Amino acid sequence: MGTATEHGVAVDVELRINGALARLALDPRTTLLDALREHLRLTGTKKGCDHGQCGACTVHADGRRVLACLTLAVAAQGKAITTIEGLGRDGELHPMQQAFLDHDGFQCGYCTPGQIMSAVALLGEPCGPNDDHVRECMSGNLCRCGAYANIVAAIQDVRRRVQP
Amino acid sequence: MTAPHAEGTAGVVGTPINRVDGMLKITGAARYTAEIPLEGLLHAVMVTSTIARGEIEEIDTSAAEMSAGVIRVMTPDNTPKLESLEKYQREGGKGTGGSGGGRPTGRALSLFQDKRVEYNGQPIALVIADSFEAATHAASLVRVKYRAETPTIEMASALPSAYPYTQKVLGREPPATRRGDLAAGLAAADVRVDEAYTTPMENHNPMEMHATIAAWDGDHVTLWDSTQNVYGVRGTIAKSLSIPPENVRVISHFIGGAFGSKGSAWSHVVLAAMAAREVGRPVKIVVTRRQMFGPVGGRPHTVQQVTLGATRDGTLTALRHDSTSSTSTLEEWLESCVLATRILYDCPNEETSHSLVRLNVGTPTYMRAPGEATGLFALESAMDELAYALEMDPIALRLKNYAEADPESGKPWSSKSLRECYQWGAEHFGWSRRTPTPRSMREGDELVGYGMATATYPANRMPASAVACILPDGHVTIKAASHELGTGTYTVLAQLAADAIGVPVERIEVQLGDTDLPQNPISAGSMTVTSTGSAVHLAAMAARDKLVQLAVSDPESPLHGARHEEVEIIDGRLTRRANAPRGETIQSLLARHGGAPIEEKADAKPGDERQQYSMHAFGAVFVEVRVDPELGTVRVARALGTYGVGRVLNPKTARNQLMGGITFGIGMALMEHTRVDARNGRYVNADIAEYHIPVHADVPSIEVLFVDEQDPHVDPIGAKGIGEIGMTGVAAAIANAVFHATGVRVRELPITLDKLFPEMSIHSSNSPRQASPSRGFGS
Repeated sequence: MGTATEHGVAVDVELRINGALARLALDPRTTLLDALREHLRLTGTKKGCDHGQCGACTVHADGRRVLACLTLAVAAQGKAITTIEGLGRDGELHPMQQAFLDHDGFQCGYCTPGQIMSAVALLGEPCGPNDDHVRECMSGNLCRCGAYANIVAAIQDVRRRVQP
Repeated sequence: MTAPHAEGTAGVVGTPINRVDGMLKITGAARYTAEIPLEGLLHAVMVTSTIARGEIEEIDTSAAEMSAGVIRVMTPDNTPKLESLEKYQREGGKGTGGSGGGRPTGRALSLFQDKRVEYNGQPIALVIADSFEAATHAASLVRVKYRAETPTIEMASALPSAYPYTQKVLGREPPATRRGDLAAGLAAADVRVDEAYTTPMENHNPMEMHATIAAWDGDHVTLWDSTQNVYGVRGTIAKSLSIPPENVRVISHFIGGAFGSKGSAWSHVVLAAMAAREVGRPVKIVVTRRQMFGPVGGRPHTVQQVTLGATRDGTLTALRHDSTSSTSTLEEWLESCVLATRILYDCPNEETSHSLVRLNVGTPTYMRAPGEATGLFALESAMDELAYALEMDPIALRLKNYAEADPESGKPWSSKSLRECYQWGAEHFGWSRRTPTPRSMREGDELVGYGMATATYPANRMPASAVACILPDGHVTIKAASHELGTGTYTVLAQLAADAIGVPVERIEVQLGDTDLPQNPISAGSMTVTSTGSAVHLAAMAARDKLVQLAVSDPESPLHGARHEEVEIIDGRLTRRANAPRGETIQSLLARHGGAPIEEKADAKPGDERQQYSMHAFGAVFVEVRVDPELGTVRVARALGTYGVGRVLNPKTARNQLMGGITFGIGMALMEHTRVDARNGRYVNADIAEYHIPVHADVPSIEVLFVDEQDPHVDPIGAKGIGEIGMTGVAAAIANAVFHATGVRVRELPITLDKLFPEMSIHSSNSPRQASPSRGFGS
């Protein structure tokens, strides 16, 4: 499966991103994050640290949140990957996206896709009902602008409507 | 001043509309610098020094150059000399003069022109490769031999070398001041406080790492750069590379947070342009998170001595504030800690000064509320200490010394609502529930502390220009080379234009962040709304005037013959005020005139109102902390800020920005500390797992209240700017609350367990204790 290229060895990688199959020849060191951003031009997933410390690169793999910067693209094969670009259905926003907009759950917008992907995954996780529970479950997603209070309000709004 | 149709019409300014760029941000469609796709783009990774001071003896790039995918390795051995810098050196250029100092590069940059190393982490080589992976790997293969010299790293041991700063601060304020007779004031005092307060080095850590893409087309270069100052970057590139500014275009549509760090063109920006020219292809540099500690600035270390004297009734008789802050060996950069002290309290006898200490660290820079965030920690902590010494309520003490006019200049305030902020904030917070004695309030097992402090930041304003273009389809384009850092610039400018012209905000398109647009200042110093907002308002008003003129002089218009002031425009329809059914739309009017757009440019700048009035925003911040008496852990349970910031253009985005400032302040108070290894100057916690910034779990509910404040003098739109004031006062309010909760006064930020817990456990009785400042200053 290795392909010799001018500058080294590329491997064939098959990724299922937002329901579509993408076939790429990648440097095996390529992370899922860089595969998305540099090779598939899906730049909605953000690189904030490249060390798994900030959560900006959060995507879903088979419905669970994972950090794309700590996932090698080759290791993401066989999983259904969902990014912020694939969150809405039929041109409609996901309710979490709308809630972030209405509650002003962001400023610069750079951590926002990761926050939203984490928040959507949280809906299916055993997170307690209170604001403090949400804060704990969202603490892997940093926001330097400091929109935390609005993010928590957005998430709780959606939870009240989706999980009454 | 308000838009002419404001009477009787609500208008969109002042309403909490959603961000106009929000849809792009929540769908991942907003495109930040590193995400611009270019054909043939190369990736470059910086190699940084591993010593803090010395000379590079040898750089071995052979392994890196042999590594797969590598195109070029730039080092001091092979990088072309920049004629501009050689000329500057020949003419005796020296790293002095604030942040620019006539240097062609603006900041003192590392462009591989020599082999000096002045801090650990300094860029010393650049690996350019056809992929990020190849460049990253090859950068790790570069081997460097140094002739190391002994660096100066620690503030505490370098303090004896402090020297007075003698230039104008921020280009306008005196470095030191003296009014009245301080000695006499101290002699007249019944109570004195004289303490040292220290704040550590901190780093901005915006979520988006700095990034630049440079692409040449002949002798023209385009840079996509994550910058708060596109025109500033253009100037630096032009001067550094000795090319005309017209040959440089800088684009910055979305910035993923900045907080001051992206206000300067740092080394990687110029290196990207140099590298792209060298290899003849577009080059992208994304600064790594580790490299954001050193090469792109940070807040310097400060040591501030504050001396207060007061009579029994709380009247201040003496006020002294001497600040010493760190800078690098490359530049004199000053943290202007004492400016707020000069204007905050009405004290007849006052002295302030700034000094600097040079360390072998990266050059510091503006970091959110530079000077005010640090200076107010010292001053407002000292005021709390004085209140305790006088057995006086801290708000009453501040009101006792309330400055009815600017005590430094004697000028009246353009507006000031600080008294209302104190009173209203106290009321909403429940300040009256506070029992002043330390350790007197508990809930369950936890100690409860209430603290407050004053917030203030100047209402800065600079010249700015904007174009308003009314299009034949009834839409409006606003053009101004300002920036969207998350501050809501796109949104509030659209609101201003919508109201000025009289069209729905949905029909406004705002274009920012491009040197092809009219020149605007750096987006910093809380002055985007005051500067760019004013220009947009004036340009839109001028375009409206032209539109109205067209209508009233057009025999075919239902408005023909109407007096100018009779015409109003609502939802894009022009009518006669007294006869609303008769009118026409912008589209029909412009269609009769050849379908040409109406375009007006406005150049807005501050006038002599700045000589007549002193202009500042004020606020009061209140916090409740919970301290675990067994562990010494501190949590902020709630925070409330009340602000008088002039006209609030959008309460939703404004509230968010002020909450963000308070959140930044929580980080400053309790966690943020850039640690440098005293042996080798290495940034020890150079990532965002070890450099702690507030996370969700650290941030409680935050309340932000605005005092209704009319300011007819500050600028044409009556707004003062809100980017920094939210951060000011927070660290002191938290320190004061911690003292109230525990009886331990921590004068050295951040307030971490190691400073608090030993004092708490030694003195766990009810008597208040002061943490000894003799622990040293850390690094």
